[in-house]
Amino acid sequence: MPELRDLYQEVILEHSKAPRNYKEPAGTNHKAEGYNPLCGDRFTVYLEMDGDAIRDIGFQGAGCAISKASASMMTQSVKGKTKAEAHKIFEQFHRLVTGHSHEDGSEDQAELGKLAVFSGVSEFPVRVKCATLAWHTLEAALEGQQEKVSTE
Amino acid sequence: MSAAAAVPIRARAVQQPFDVERIRGDFPILHTRVHGHPLVYLDNAATSQKPRSVIDAIVRYYEGENANIHRGVHYLSQVATEEFEKARETVRGFVNAAQSSEIIFTRGTTEAINLVAQTYGRAHLGAGDEVLITAMEHHSNIVPWQMLCEGKGAKLRVAPINDAGELLLEEFDKLLGRRTKVVAVAHVSNALGTINPLKRMVALAHARGIPVVVDGAQAVPHLGVDVQDLDADFYAFSGHKMYGPTGIGVLYGKHALLDAMPPYQGGGDMISSVTFEKTTYNKLPHKFEAGTPDMAGVAGLKAAIDYMNGIGIAKIAGHEHDLLEYATEELGALPGVRLIGTAREKASVLSFVLDEVHPHDIGTILDQQGIAVRTGHHCAQPVMERFHIPATVRASFAVYNTKAEIDALVRGIRKVREVFA
Repeated sequence: MPELRDLYQEVILEHSKAPRNYKEPAGTNHKAEGYNPLCGDRFTVYLEMDGDAIRDIGFQGAGCAISKASASMMTQSVKGKTKAEAHKIFEQFHRLVTGHSHEDGSEDQAELGKLAVFSGVSEFPVRVKCATLAWHTLEAALEGQQEKVSTE
Repeated sequence: MSAAAAVPIRARAVQQPFDVERIRGDFPILHTRVHGHPLVYLDNAATSQKPRSVIDAIVRYYEGENANIHRGVHYLSQVATEEFEKARETVRGFVNAAQSSEIIFTRGTTEAINLVAQTYGRAHLGAGDEVLITAMEHHSNIVPWQMLCEGKGAKLRVAPINDAGELLLEEFDKLLGRRTKVVAVAHVSNALGTINPLKRMVALAHARGIPVVVDGAQAVPHLGVDVQDLDADFYAFSGHKMYGPTGIGVLYGKHALLDAMPPYQGGGDMISSVTFEKTTYNKLPHKFEAGTPDMAGVAGLKAAIDYMNGIGIAKIAGHEHDLLEYATEELGALPGVRLIGTAREKASVLSFVLDEVHPHDIGTILDQQGIAVRTGHHCAQPVMERFHIPATVRASFAVYNTKAEIDALVRGIRKVREVFA
């Protein structure tokens, strides 16, 4: 039986209550909106891109604890990274939360660092969309998509 | 609060004293365990569970009666046709329609509303005309009218509600205008539980000669519905929310209106004769039942109505009313809980939000304790916007729920607060 504490880890709860980079950076030159119509979660991700690098990142919006904490920790993990690096982190993160990490997942977990606290999500398949909403929105912002991203 | 008192009691089958444990014994699925806990099923407004008698009726249909109806001269076809039409008569009696030809079988409430929008609506609406709905409608009583209005250059008008989730009747009355061609309203709100003053609304619309289409999906399982007493012109409901199977529903319509309407879908059974030059449509109700219908579903729906009549709709309503009052008191007393939908007249639905915790998180934590509630916008996004919330948690009750299950819900909410402390 999946354990609630695996999903709602302290770090996740803490980030959901006090999200980091909850702002629109002054130098924003890319942004995208993400929406999960199933639960009404809605986030905007703002990027200040310097060429291929994410110089600054912020997000705003409303959602459940998982989606908010994921957005908050995402901003910390990709700040200063290149587009390709951010993309790779999302791929690893996606494998982690869907339970598709290589072998025992230790490789991804090690590389993901703090984001590894989201491994419990894989035991709650209906919550994968919550954990990945901000990431899909980030991808859209990086690609300069104008359309709103939806998880459906 | 008089949901129970308002129920018209008609002659029913012999009823036994109300015994919730005996009733629970009729529903096989209620013995399921979820994540190591007994299932506490409080998502009845989404769909109710099915008693053994309904499941058996479907099996019996396929094992002993299956044949296409209104077609064959052979034995089974005659049996199937007879049972199908008997079920129509049962539905007629259940909502007290004047004639069984006023009962059209559909896939559900949604299809029934679309039927009216696409036939009556298309025939009667023109550019600049209006359809009046309310701010508490389910998407299925919004979108079909939007689609109609879009095609016709007509306007959708929305009667507002107050902070308790009650319709502002004076505003509703003011919005009934010269251009209003149809009024479409929920009898009971699925997201808020509000029981609308339907009889008065119908009277107001009729005073201006406007017909009223009622979404009765959340009313029929919980109130005694008498379409003649309400004087509703159309009344739609679903089998699966009233202990019947999925995929079957009903559109009631007044004979004169149905008779004058163009058909909805074309196909077999809805015709009397077809040539390549001209088709003559069948008489009511068959005109609106193109193709082979869900005969097993109809058998199941009949069994569901027989089941409800066996208990007695007044007893069902009374029990659910007790549960709602108890749950309102118990949940309302929990710190941080805000009830959404506090109308004076309510049925079966308790929507709420919890300070600082998103409904989706509440849903997951309750699920871990075996408690099934709906979390989200309940297909009523405009209602969520009206209350400035993204979603609610909705507990909704049925005849088999108990106060002990509400106690479990209260413990569940306490657990949510612990996790998020």
